[in-house]
Amino acid sequence: MIISTRQLCKVYRVGVERIHALRGIDLQIEPNEFVAIMGSSGSGKSTLMNIIGCLDRPTSGQYLLDGRDTSRIGVRDLARVRNQQIGFVFQSFELLPRMTALKNVELPLIYASGGWRARRRKAEEALERVGLGDRMHHRPNQLSGGQKQRVAIARAILNNPAILLADEPTGNLDTATTNELMEVFEQLHDEGQTILVVTHETHVAVHCRRTITLTDGLISSDISTSSKGDVGNGVRTVGRAIEGALGTPTAPTHRLKDA
Amino acid sequence: MLNPLFYIQAIVLALSQIWANKLRSILTMLGIIFGVWAVTTVVAALSGVTTMVLKEFEALGGSKMFIFPDRPDDAPRNKYPWSVIRLKPDELIALATNCPSIVAITPETNLGATIQHGERKREAVRVTGIWPDWHDIQKRATLIGRPFARVDEENARQVCLVNQDAISELGLDTDPIGQHILVRSRRFLVVGVVENRRETIFDRNVTGTEILIPFSTAVKLQDPQFFFMIIAKLKSPEVAAEAKAEARFVLRQARKLGPDEPDTFELFAADEFIAGVKRVSMVLTVGGGCVVAVSLLVGGIGIMNIMLVSVSERTREIGLRKAVGATPAAVLMQFLLEAIMLCLVGGVIGIAFGEATALALSKFPGANLQEAAVPWWAIVMSFSFCAATGVIFGMFPAIKAARLDPIEALRHE
Repeated sequence: MIISTRQLCKVYRVGVERIHALRGIDLQIEPNEFVAIMGSSGSGKSTLMNIIGCLDRPTSGQYLLDGRDTSRIGVRDLARVRNQQIGFVFQSFELLPRMTALKNVELPLIYASGGWRARRRKAEEALERVGLGDRMHHRPNQLSGGQKQRVAIARAILNNPAILLADEPTGNLDTATTNELMEVFEQLHDEGQTILVVTHETHVAVHCRRTITLTDGLISSDISTSSKGDVGNGVRTVGRAIEGALGTPTAPTHRLKDA
Repeated sequence: MLNPLFYIQAIVLALSQIWANKLRSILTMLGIIFGVWAVTTVVAALSGVTTMVLKEFEALGGSKMFIFPDRPDDAPRNKYPWSVIRLKPDELIALATNCPSIVAITPETNLGATIQHGERKREAVRVTGIWPDWHDIQKRATLIGRPFARVDEENARQVCLVNQDAISELGLDTDPIGQHILVRSRRFLVVGVVENRRETIFDRNVTGTEILIPFSTAVKLQDPQFFFMIIAKLKSPEVAAEAKAEARFVLRQARKLGPDEPDTFELFAADEFIAGVKRVSMVLTVGGGCVVAVSLLVGGIGIMNIMLVSVSERTREIGLRKAVGATPAAVLMQFLLEAIMLCLVGGVIGIAFGEATALALSKFPGANLQEAAVPWWAIVMSFSFCAATGVIFGMFPAIKAARLDPIEALRHE
């Protein structure tokens, strides 16, 4: 079990008001799963993502990452956990503009131990895995949106993390590029990577093997599709799931701003 | 502990940030640059002046002691009339015989006299009465003829020495030994020629006729209450304090001064002068240091301001770095190093300007600052002050960066 949560709750205070972002999430994710988390704006999916990514801590409940209780990890060691066990991919890529693709990919390694050469080799390997072996010395402004996101993925998988977390990875990309990018995720999944994608888009979710829908801080549906061959069935299943969760017959066509 | 590569990367990153924002960085560093520039220049000029003054003073005779009559401060004039406080010849003899730290001693008394040689006549020429020890003390070479001997003094002979300028001004022969000149209508035999006085920063007016005669001869020409001062040569500059104590004891005894009475004379030795020069130079250096402290403070505020801007501009970057595993300490260190680099680059530019100014000063004709140079300790100090400024004023923005919540930071527009 890579991820195991029990009655995960998160309460925010805004002034005197208390907002319950998560109301008790029980979630288990096995190695090499490929999971999509869906839900409307304010459903708590970003909060869940931040807690799973060790950027935030739950108000109550338990979160075991790779069997380790994260509430017992201090601030410094939590940074190490993010460095070694978690890979982040963000909607807006978050590449440093003045650095080449290679330097951007190397970034997590300067916060870890290890020599110069090993670092360079690791970063090059990661870029090759996402198919950017020929773009290593380009700067972000010389790369297309899809290429930028692939650099970000290379940065995330650099340390072979236990789990790859992608928060709306295709939110800034067109449909064709989205499909290309999902191919990269598929390929990483085939190589054994555990992946968790937060998304609004059903055509992103269909690439995943399991779709979890959040509604008002609770899991409202959790549907697994057996394999990629089952895409058609998956789309229907996911479509129904969303219909059930959101009460609307159509999937959202534009990205909603997540609170 | 952070990876050593992290420091290298952070420094490279800091320098590239400075380079990428050249204009902004230069404007930010101006306070630091001017502060360091000012202090290195001031210190260089001061060290030049001090070195030159001390050098000239050594050349003049670092191991000399001067003795003058002196009326005590605030003392009533009628209690210490001139006839009491003036130095007397028997006091001179007492000093010469009773002070073991003194190896040579001479009085110097000046009288203005009309000098005549043949048809040439000069008014108000300086005629100085001296002891034979004068030659040893003043280190002025006898170019022709002989210096004074004891016999000249003991017999109060009417002999004289002239300086180089006197030869032309009085129309003497190139070798004037054996010629006679009239001093206040008395015939004096010229026995030697001494070199002119050397120009020093203390004494620029060194040209003109000088006539030297034995002290005992001069006494006869002087008023009964005439003035003279005493110049003594000490065993070494280190015994200045002992020599002063000896001379004070001898003079107080000769003048029968009671224990409550103040000195009616003044003793002046080179050690005081050297200490005085060093003290003045130190006061000025400390003053310069305060100017620098103020300008570093101003510069530091500029640095803090720009670092705060940098932190808020790069909020998302900070969020990302934290997400990929930067500890708060690593973020703090990165921004602190950036502030320090900013200050150090400013310091380097300031020192470069200071060195250039010092070089220009040392080449400036007539400024007498050939020795002006930035001493190594000033460079070391400037650098440490710059680094300290970076740490002090970079700390607050760096802490602000380190404390940023990564989720908030990544959401920052």
